[in-house]
Amino acid sequence: MSCSDELKGYRGRARQRLGEWGVRVWSDVRVTNTAGSVFEGVILPRSETFDDLHLVLKLHNGYNVGVHVDRISTIEEIGYREAVYKIPEKEFPARPDLPKVTLLGTGGTIASRLDYRTGAVIPAFTPGELYGAVPELADLCNLTTKKIFGVFSENMSWPEYATLAGAIGEEIEAGADGIVIGHGTDTMGHTAAILSFMVQNLPVPVVLVGSQRSSDRPSSDAALNLIHAVRAAAYGDIAEVQICMFGPTSDRYALLHRGTRCRKMHSSYRSTFRTVGDTPLCLVSRDEFTILNGDYARRDSERQVRIDPTYDDRVTILYYYPGMKPDLVDALVDRGYRGIVIAGTGLGHVNKPLYPALERAVRAGVQVMMTVQTLWGYAQMYVYDTGRDLLDLGVVPLDNMLPETALMKLGWVLGHTDQHAEVKRLMQTPISHEITAREPHNGYLILQGGLPEVEDFITSHWK
Amino acid sequence: MLTSADVPLDVTRRTMSTAFDYAAAGLKVGLEVHQQLLTQEKLFCRCPAGMYTSQHDGSVLRHMRPTLSELGEYDGTALMEFKTKKNIIYLLHESNVCTYEMDDTPPFLLNPRALDIAIEQCLMLGCDIVDEVHIARKQYLDGSIPTGFQRTAVVGVAGRIPFQGRELTITQVTLEEDSCREVSDRGHLIVWRTDRLGMPLIETVTAPDLRTPEEVEEAILLIGRVCRSTGHVRVGIGASRQDVNVSVTGGRRVEIKGVSKAGWARKLVHTEAIRQVRLLELRDELHRRGLTRPADIGIEHFDVTDLFVASELSQLRRESWQRLIDEEGRRPGFELGRGPFSVRAVRLPGLAGTISHPTQPGLTFAHELAGRIRVIATLDQQPTLFHSEKWPDYAESRVEFDRLLRRTACGPDDAIVVVWGAEEDTVTAAEEVRIRYADATDGVPHETRQPLPDGRTDFERILPGPDRMYPDTDSPPQRLMPERIEQLRAPLPPAPWVREGRYAAAGIPRSTIRYLIRRGGARLVDLVVNEGGADLRRACFLFGEELKALRRRGLGIDRIADAQWLRFFEILESSPVIWEARSRLVEVMAGSPATDPGELASSLDLGNAPEGWRERVVSLARTSVLDHSNGRPGQRLRFLMGLAMYELRGKVSAHAVENLLLEELGGAQ
Repeated sequence: MSCSDELKGYRGRARQRLGEWGVRVWSDVRVTNTAGSVFEGVILPRSETFDDLHLVLKLHNGYNVGVHVDRISTIEEIGYREAVYKIPEKEFPARPDLPKVTLLGTGGTIASRLDYRTGAVIPAFTPGELYGAVPELADLCNLTTKKIFGVFSENMSWPEYATLAGAIGEEIEAGADGIVIGHGTDTMGHTAAILSFMVQNLPVPVVLVGSQRSSDRPSSDAALNLIHAVRAAAYGDIAEVQICMFGPTSDRYALLHRGTRCRKMHSSYRSTFRTVGDTPLCLVSRDEFTILNGDYARRDSERQVRIDPTYDDRVTILYYYPGMKPDLVDALVDRGYRGIVIAGTGLGHVNKPLYPALERAVRAGVQVMMTVQTLWGYAQMYVYDTGRDLLDLGVVPLDNMLPETALMKLGWVLGHTDQHAEVKRLMQTPISHEITAREPHNGYLILQGGLPEVEDFITSHWK
Repeated sequence: MLTSADVPLDVTRRTMSTAFDYAAAGLKVGLEVHQQLLTQEKLFCRCPAGMYTSQHDGSVLRHMRPTLSELGEYDGTALMEFKTKKNIIYLLHESNVCTYEMDDTPPFLLNPRALDIAIEQCLMLGCDIVDEVHIARKQYLDGSIPTGFQRTAVVGVAGRIPFQGRELTITQVTLEEDSCREVSDRGHLIVWRTDRLGMPLIETVTAPDLRTPEEVEEAILLIGRVCRSTGHVRVGIGASRQDVNVSVTGGRRVEIKGVSKAGWARKLVHTEAIRQVRLLELRDELHRRGLTRPADIGIEHFDVTDLFVASELSQLRRESWQRLIDEEGRRPGFELGRGPFSVRAVRLPGLAGTISHPTQPGLTFAHELAGRIRVIATLDQQPTLFHSEKWPDYAESRVEFDRLLRRTACGPDDAIVVVWGAEEDTVTAAEEVRIRYADATDGVPHETRQPLPDGRTDFERILPGPDRMYPDTDSPPQRLMPERIEQLRAPLPPAPWVREGRYAAAGIPRSTIRYLIRRGGARLVDLVVNEGGADLRRACFLFGEELKALRRRGLGIDRIADAQWLRFFEILESSPVIWEARSRLVEVMAGSPATDPGELASSLDLGNAPEGWRERVVSLARTSVLDHSNGRPGQRLRFLMGLAMYELRGKVSAHAVENLLLEELGGAQ
């Protein structure tokens, strides 16, 4: 172990004093401070984001305290106890009668352990580690795991999407009965959307899963989410890219959401993912599947998967707001962006001062798409003059495609063609229900608390 | 060592102290005193603190899984509680919980007011304040906190307070969030109300310095007085509770949880000392039989449902089980474990006679077994078990019991425990019987026990260890600057023992002193004495005795501001006679807290002798007659005083009136 590791995370004055005292991280010490108080415990690594004045001790009763290094009068090493922080690893039992599921890891907190240095959680990932943490998985499938990358979901981007699409193709070729992708939840919707275009004609389910409460906590949704996702991959009938996360915040069931129609709607709730503009595909419990939307591609091992990971990442979303200046659009064109998805107001509108800039953009060959920032409902640009004017400028309305899905699709389409007519045709032709012909009346349900009938419902159902 | 026969079964104060030698047993007791802090908001969110509801307008269903501690180990309690497979329901009310309590929103920054009050409490307890507060997560898988852990942080360490001529060591003081209130616990379903969840409290941990039940009671009262002396903590039902940690020589620390009254603790400590001594006797007996290690305990269990299908022992028949389930609406896979109704016999080789080994007064080792079965196997029907050393008596009792012995191949040296319920749960129960006996080979297991009103205790859970602690990655550590601490120290009231000494020297009765400190009246006493020049004894009498009665009448005494009290004593300074009408004046002050007490006194004509009062008193003395003739000496005087003072109290001193009357009555007396 190198010297720097021995003082992990300690900087400046604290580091200097630790060196003088000859103690290190994991030293079991007796510290006496200038007030005569005695602390006995193990020196823990310190987060690099904390100050350089305190020593962190894990007291023998389990509590941590910070002791100011200038208040320490004596420090005596009485032992050394390096933590072996590891999820108990047990060999994942092989059961020839069970389906084969591959778990592809991208990072995130589906199963994890703590990292002292940053206070972050590190994913636990091998089948053995997962079996130690979620033994129920062994009753469901034969599990293979592959770590594709270890990034937080906000760091997922186009190259990762392409790699992931390739990996899915390989696993299907290798005979997987279903694929689970462990993913951070922040951008899970984006990944699900792009995979819906890059991976087509799926014979088996591809299920993205994550957790809203990290798995280092007893109340975590991670284990149950993973169980549901593995069930959906191993036994589910829906051979599409889908997101599997808690339906309600209670530990009850998961919902399977179609990759192109799903959005994270709360920064921290367990039931954060919601299908927008349609019903979710399916309800998954520990014992059964309940199909909620019968319009899906069924599992069919004969089907040949098509991997098409082409992309152009010079695309962006312009979230329109009143008073937006046209120079924003000009700047995007100047910087070489090839596609702009506008999240417009109402039925798909922006203000008039933007028109010339949009016209310049279209003329420069930039593809300009229109979606709605209301998320629910269609861009219907024939209703008002403003809409018709925009159509005349060459802005392409995308009906009820979600803005993020439109961004992903536009990047993918631009990887194939630059021709406006062809881009327009491809964007307006749904591949995986990213545009739906009809919005069912139960596709828009945002219940409002306080209403008597809603209160009746929420008092009689677990949230 | 004491034998069971020596130990008294009842727990009255008299027998406690005389018949059990705590010193010989090596009794050691430490306390964890929980005290809610008086803040507007909760500790980690902005919900109102102290708003309790009995209704709910939403609920959540959750489960808990054990996780690794920072040092990479599973905690024993955590694993035990995972075995119970509890369905946990949280009842929510919009008025007092938000999505933080539901564990659907991360914590907001620590409530600074709560931290200030915690620091004050530490200073009052003579603690050293830590330099940097680190918030930890302490796992609780019983569901009492929806996250599965309590957020808690050490604020002070190494305190000392004077106690019975020596010092009581305060090991540490932590600031933590309060837990949910239990609504019901039935089979595999436990229901919690979330209103109390997240309220700030401090836990004061003492060293195991206490040696008798009486000392425990005194120490609880003392810490309570220290806590309340700042007036910044909550009072009333549930605002303070203590866990009492008890051990005897050769035994182990056992935590008796949630003791709300100091006097109750006394009885509980006594009983626990006895229980531990007796468990050590049982250990010795097991060792004599060659059962020295946990691995030496072997059990065998059998499904014996068929033996009892027509038994008079109705509990063991499927129909009565079904009736219980129907009556309570228990759902399979929810309140109930999996599998059909089963009666399971657990044979315990070589353990004959040990089930009826006495433990607590009136209880035997069977109660220890029943506790674990009730909690961990969730077989909570009564009785929890039958056993071979006290098989119930009924017509076919002997025949059925013999059949049971044959079926289980039970020999004369063996014992049998019978449990019943859903099959899965009976198998768990059999394993728990084995584990409890395995623990018995080692004496006293580390346990958390729940107190019963009669001073006995029942199993609650295995005592958690340090493995359940890990850092809260959602909350940054907080540096406590010396300036902040000194700012908080400056206005602190003197320690209760300092006040107690001062008040006692002035001749104030002990009960009054305690009341003043407990109820915060001492602060007002010191205020009016130090700043208003009031007489200490008068102030103590007013705030410690008289106001009690007025408060009981529902007058808003606590609405009277400090400045009004100072003014009250200022008025007394110039018109001492008003003291005699103090109750009247205080009553009016409580009714008009915004009006100057001087004005109120004037409006009542206090402090000024009314014109012609002497004449009226004299006339009264001459004309009034007692309604019976042969009054004892002084009776007439008192009667007349009463009549006169009715009008003159607070205007003319009683002394002056009395003198006048004496003069007038003269020879008549």
